Amino acid sequence: MTNKSVTRRGVLKSGAVAGTGLALPTIFTASSAAAFTNEPTGSSVVLGFNVPQTGPYAEEGNDELLAQQLAVEHLNGEGDGGCLNTFSSKALQGNGILGKKVEFVTGDTQTKSDAARASAKSMIEKDGAIMINGGSSSGVAVAVQGLCQEAGVIFMAGLTHANDTTGKDKKANGFRHFFNAYMSGAALAPVLAAEMGNERRAYHLTADYNWGWTQEESIVASTEALGWETVNTVKTPLASTDFSSYIAPVLNSGADVLVLNHYGGNMVNSLTNAIQFGLLDKVANGKDFKIVVPLYSELMAAGAGENIKGVLGSMNWNWQLQDEGTKAFVKSFGEKYGKPPSNSAQTCYAQTLLYADAVERAGTFNPCGVVEALEDFEFDGLGNGPTWYRGADHQCFKDVLVVRGNENPTNEYDTLEIVEITPRAQVEYDPEHPMFAGGELGKCNPGA
Amino acid sequence: MLGLNKKDTSLLIIVALLTLLAPFILNPFPEGSAMAQFNAGYPDLMQRFVIFGIFAIGFNILFGLTGYLSFGHAAFLGVGSYSAVWMFKLLSYNVIPAIALSVVVAGLFSLLIGFVSLRRSGIYFSILTLAFAQMSFALAYSVLSNPKFNLTNGETGLQVYADDPQILQGANAPDLPHLFGLPMRATYTMDVGAWSFDFNAGYYLCAVIMMVVFYLAIRIFRSPFGMMLRAVKSNQQRMNYTGLNSKPYTLAAFVISGMYAGLAGGLMAAMDPLAGAERMQWTASGEVVLMTILGGTGTLIGPVLGAGFIKYFENIFSKINDNVLHSWFAFLPDGLEDAVVFLIHPFIGKGWHLTLGILFMLVVIYLPGGLVEGGQRLLNWFKRKKTGADDAPSGKTEPAE
Repeated sequence: MTNKSVTRRGVLKSGAVAGTGLALPTIFTASSAAAFTNEPTGSSVVLGFNVPQTGPYAEEGNDELLAQQLAVEHLNGEGDGGCLNTFSSKALQGNGILGKKVEFVTGDTQTKSDAARASAKSMIEKDGAIMINGGSSSGVAVAVQGLCQEAGVIFMAGLTHANDTTGKDKKANGFRHFFNAYMSGAALAPVLAAEMGNERRAYHLTADYNWGWTQEESIVASTEALGWETVNTVKTPLASTDFSSYIAPVLNSGADVLVLNHYGGNMVNSLTNAIQFGLLDKVANGKDFKIVVPLYSELMAAGAGENIKGVLGSMNWNWQLQDEGTKAFVKSFGEKYGKPPSNSAQTCYAQTLLYADAVERAGTFNPCGVVEALEDFEFDGLGNGPTWYRGADHQCFKDVLVVRGNENPTNEYDTLEIVEITPRAQVEYDPEHPMFAGGELGKCNPGA
Repeated sequence: MLGLNKKDTSLLIIVALLTLLAPFILNPFPEGSAMAQFNAGYPDLMQRFVIFGIFAIGFNILFGLTGYLSFGHAAFLGVGSYSAVWMFKLLSYNVIPAIALSVVVAGLFSLLIGFVSLRRSGIYFSILTLAFAQMSFALAYSVLSNPKFNLTNGETGLQVYADDPQILQGANAPDLPHLFGLPMRATYTMDVGAWSFDFNAGYYLCAVIMMVVFYLAIRIFRSPFGMMLRAVKSNQQRMNYTGLNSKPYTLAAFVISGMYAGLAGGLMAAMDPLAGAERMQWTASGEVVLMTILGGTGTLIGPVLGAGFIKYFENIFSKINDNVLHSWFAFLPDGLEDAVVFLIHPFIGKGWHLTLGILFMLVVIYLPGGLVEGGQRLLNWFKRKKTGADDAPSGKTEPAE
């Protein structure tokens, strides 16, 4: 089949290659000319948008992608400029970033840490992305944040709500605009007290993974501070689709509030089960039975349909807010895509603009310069009111919304009504708070 | 050479050439050109090619030789990754102890699971392995990651923190996985005209290990032990009736393939020091089955080809989006351009699963022997053409299998 000469040549070749292979390590140690990873040298700069396009959070991911594309358009001076007109920092001119045209690459995280890291790595190694934005799960966000720290690029987190992202897993190259479980608890507690009183008995159903635990911990802490009693906390497997067997014991537990620490499809199913069991029509301990869903999203509300009516929860942002930033963003998003943006879309849009602005103010794409520009940066006009990027843990502090499933929606997007805008001061915490302690930011890493 | 016959030697040499020259072979298009989208020669993907190649070679030792279809091999991969990251956490970032431990732990774990699962054969065996793997996944995902006893760190994935002991970590050692000081991330980029080729330290470590385990697999295939395994596949009952106890053979094959999976898991952690529970999910187990069948079950090179094929689709096709399409077809008139993009849209980006599924169906229906059979048919076709056209040279170097 193979003749002798091919084999001999093959042997010679492989010998030569093996020789080169042995010599290679000495070349590796010589550092290259670039000052930092993926320093943009041409007339354009590449951003990486890494979102779940398949899997349980695909809907959120695709909405994020739309917002990111809109942000790139606005940065390049196309469209109506959106929030560039309302943003308190005026460094961005609509001529790209530092005069370089913004280009982007996209990837699919599949809501899996491994796949997300693979896709982020290919953006960094193959496409030369200088910043990664996105993620719609805390596990993915933490994994990609770690990768960006090692590789020396900036990570601007998308939707991630677990305390750990800016708690024990925080990294110098990573930034989070979205709120977290602690803030949900702090914002919800006063509203719960006002609506349900101080003598309630709560029963928790919690998605059995890190995000679920940190959320349960936060909500238990803030409701017990009100004087509530926690009857029981039950962990449910993430893959469950039927929660009937978890709902039935609630009826006989003596509890009068059910807290669902679930997200996405889990929440839609558990809420539907709870309604089917008639929990909301029950009277326990002489009080009307209530359900609370601490983390809401428009897409989940749409999925749960009728069942969501009257149920309380918290959000990072809602398109119905009336400030200038929100109006500008909703207008350009609506004109382009024909629907209002979700709060995951808004956080990705804001993060992309914040990154661009930080580069512009720092005058360099060097991650260390960007980190310096973002730390303790105060801004306004992106839809969340006055916001502070705390330098100690790279977490944004801003108002948090408490929302309720709308009793009388006027159209298909009007699923949630805003009950209260909890002021920033009320959701702030010390960076060394026990729920966040244990991690270290470390030093910014420019790579190369 | 090395106790191999001529055919196997040339196969090994071809594999060696392909892996060592991969940075050139996988980057055929100049950087910046429209076709650069299809370049696969960047470190992460090249590492994945060989790591999943190792995984599939190991799986093929069990499935290809004995016919036992395990649906739980991802569990061993995951266990390997976790062991490796624990070594990083406890000892140091040197990859040698990490890889060694991952192979050992995966071996022990597969001995346990194999001992139980191999009491049954056929579909029952598959279901048992699937059950064990899902159990391991659930354990890693939530049970073993509670705050009191955190072995796996759950959904977030096990990673190294600054306050981990790392008792052997030297003061000047790099703060990321390295081989005696040479970081796995280190890459030398060679620019030749418009082309650029990446030579990555981690990739070459994986490539060398793959050549070693590929050689081992050839030896196993050609050994009397391998013959016994084939006998199990062709008729286990008859084998038992002749008085041979086949269980030690199948168990040995199971453990060997589990160790291959553990090695792949350890290498994955060495390239990227994070171990996530998804690695153990049933979809990951199914993926290696697909790789093996797609490439060619029971052939030596097949699983490696299948692994490369699937990883290529996952990483390259999933990144083509509408913007890229528009830039390709920009030369068409506007209406036509939109129509073409609309037609292709479902098959790229998030639709890569669809494209892969269609190709998988085509391969299974028309090439039951996998890509290797495709190669053989092509070869035969060339041969026939050659004999038909007398002495016209075919101008093609022929693959050995």
